[in-house]
Amino acid sequence: MRVLMLGWELPPHNSGGLGVACYNLCKALARRNIDIEFILPYQADHGIDFMRVTAASPQGVEAILRSGIAYDSNKYIYSDGTAVEYSIFDQQQLYETAVGRIVVANQYDIIHAHDWLTFRAGLRAKQALGCPLVVHAHSIEADRAGGQGGNPMVREIEDMGFHMADRIVAVSDFTRRAIAREYDIPLDKIEVVHNSLETGDLVPLDYMQPNTYQYLATLRAQGYRVVANVGRLTIQKGLPNLLRAAKIVVEKHPKTMFLLVGSGEQYVELIQLAADLGIAKNVIFTDFQRGRPWRDAYAVADLFVLPSVSEPFGLTPLEAIGYGTPSLISKQSGVSEVLHHALKVDYWDVNEMANQIIAVMSNDSLRDELLANASQELRGLSWGQAADKISALYTRHVASGAAA
Amino acid sequence: MTKSIVLYLHVHQPYRIRHYTALDSGNSHAYFNAPYESKASNERILKKVAEKSYIPTNHRLQRMIEHNPGFKLSMSITGTVLEQLEQWAPEALRSFQELVASGHVEIVAETYHHSLAFFYSRNEFEAQVTQHRAKIQQLFGQTPQVFRNTELAYNNDVAYWADKAGYKGILAEGWDPVLGWRSPNYVYRPAYTDNIRLLMKNYKLSDDIAFRFGDRNWSEWPLTADKFSHWLSENDKATNFNLFMDYETFGEHQWGESGIFDFLEHLPKQWLKTTRHEFMTVSEVCDAFEPADYVDVPRTITWADTERDLSAWLGNRIQQQAITALYELHDKIIATNDSSLIEDYRRLQTSDHFYYMCTKWFNDGDIHAYFSPYDSPYEAYMNFMNAYHDVRFRLAEKGVAV
Repeated sequence: MRVLMLGWELPPHNSGGLGVACYNLCKALARRNIDIEFILPYQADHGIDFMRVTAASPQGVEAILRSGIAYDSNKYIYSDGTAVEYSIFDQQQLYETAVGRIVVANQYDIIHAHDWLTFRAGLRAKQALGCPLVVHAHSIEADRAGGQGGNPMVREIEDMGFHMADRIVAVSDFTRRAIAREYDIPLDKIEVVHNSLETGDLVPLDYMQPNTYQYLATLRAQGYRVVANVGRLTIQKGLPNLLRAAKIVVEKHPKTMFLLVGSGEQYVELIQLAADLGIAKNVIFTDFQRGRPWRDAYAVADLFVLPSVSEPFGLTPLEAIGYGTPSLISKQSGVSEVLHHALKVDYWDVNEMANQIIAVMSNDSLRDELLANASQELRGLSWGQAADKISALYTRHVASGAAA
Repeated sequence: MTKSIVLYLHVHQPYRIRHYTALDSGNSHAYFNAPYESKASNERILKKVAEKSYIPTNHRLQRMIEHNPGFKLSMSITGTVLEQLEQWAPEALRSFQELVASGHVEIVAETYHHSLAFFYSRNEFEAQVTQHRAKIQQLFGQTPQVFRNTELAYNNDVAYWADKAGYKGILAEGWDPVLGWRSPNYVYRPAYTDNIRLLMKNYKLSDDIAFRFGDRNWSEWPLTADKFSHWLSENDKATNFNLFMDYETFGEHQWGESGIFDFLEHLPKQWLKTTRHEFMTVSEVCDAFEPADYVDVPRTITWADTERDLSAWLGNRIQQQAITALYELHDKIIATNDSSLIEDYRRLQTSDHFYYMCTKWFNDGDIHAYFSPYDSPYEAYMNFMNAYHDVRFRLAEKGVAV
């Protein structure tokens, strides 16, 4: 089985969950003897040996310099030395053209495209190769826009991709229903394959060194408790509500600190909001982090909060558990379908969010009991289950494609 | 030889805690008044159970007594359910009173609040047993002579206490590791006691009715009164079959459509067809038979789960934390003499609150398998602890150091 995998990012050059999910899924598929060629829109060394990673560079492009996260503009440097910065939408079209060039020289059994940025390329490849196309929804425009609407050009591409694909994979039932609702796709065309997390894949904490956030660690020793969020500071993630809840929490439990790790367009707005609410000294912003400061943010916390407005899956609560911190998660998230031992709240219910945070802040045994049970639950998860579903799906569609 | 069926039904409803948040603590002292439509509404649940179980079952039992002079049963009924019946279903309470007035029903002693106080505060425990006795005397004109502890939580200490308190008998689970080679179908004597008798639940026969009756995949389905009586008749090594179960088995756990009411009504007819087959109440069976042996139970057993221990109530950190914190307040609460504070405090002791916090079955398949008005054990714990904090707040308001 040879799969043309179309994706936008892979670790360590990832901005978030999309790259991690693609990487882990492909790794588990490769273990099932699936031969994958993964096409990325940029060149980089990923140190990957279980599949072929190819850059979809437009003709004449020497290098593509990433300027930030996956959804920012990138700088393309041509062989004549000129540099052009393309918007995300232009890149998506360049990627399509490049994929169109790559596929004519190769043979594949099935195409698997991840998120709207690769959908047009997927359709182009399907047209050229005549093999089935699976589109995989890690998030849809309505999620990214904070629950509804979004960019009509992106919506158009998603609409086309979902309708033209032979099969749709959604990372949760939450997303499956959103696709059906937003694009009038019949539910039975969409299969749920939950993301996963294998604790063995987490880089262990370095206990020989003090935690990056020594200030917070010291406050904890003085009876403070810490709430953390790790993620992009964007409308989808619902952080203004977390700050509004934080105000109530700090009134009831003044020894509470909030650690927000990430960057995004709401950065300044959130700093301003914390100040307006009068809780600036209880909220710490660290900007985007990876590596040890990223791991230590999970580890220093007593509770991880995922307040997302619309979260197709949401890997961070599982990562938090892997690093020893239980979670409070939005009910509007896919991860709540696989994680039972977590506190859950509607993202809009600020009072209840505060209530649940206060409960953990004022009670270590609640934190410990949640963590003990969630850790056990996490150990039961694996990407193998996801890979089994995907590889069965490939087999089905390749067989029916051949019959036709 | 005489053989008896000892049917014992347990009636209980807790005062479930409403969604009570950290923001309510210190502001509202009403913990148990969930809105009517909410899952935790005591009024809604009580009215539903009264309609589906208590009233139709009492009606059948009344008819069975009229038609079969030999039919008798025993019943325990907690203070918390009696209060709710008085408030929201007086006609159901009347049907219990009429049933007891027939003289065929014996009421069993227990704690008023269905608590685990025995294991935390002997004073509190005795106060609740006394309160229950008074309530039973007031509503039913009976004085209980046989004791059951909450959830049939039993060990040598409980038996010793009940013996000293003058009870004729005590109930426990007929759990195999405790019984060893012995059969539950005899009267026993608890170790280290002189006068009291121990009646042990035949859980296989009881569960045939309480759990398996409506299960179409069960090899014995459908279970008829004829078949069940036949099984008991065949058993030669027995004096008494102790069928102990929740009252709500009839109409609530096993729906009326399962035929459970017809089974119940036909059981005495079938069983009493044979001479020397009888029904006995719990104190009658204690008087009728000499103990076959003594039974030593150093470790606590209950009638719950495959473990038959207290782990469903006290097995995890949050349960331990909650119950320990609650009983630490005991002396200060009682010293206030504030009857409404003391009553709220006692309602918080009801074992159901701790059961809702059980995490051991909380995963995908089992989430609906146990009765909880909350979405998760953690939610149960948070509501409870917020109510607990409000109780402390009320103490502090009175100038008591907490």
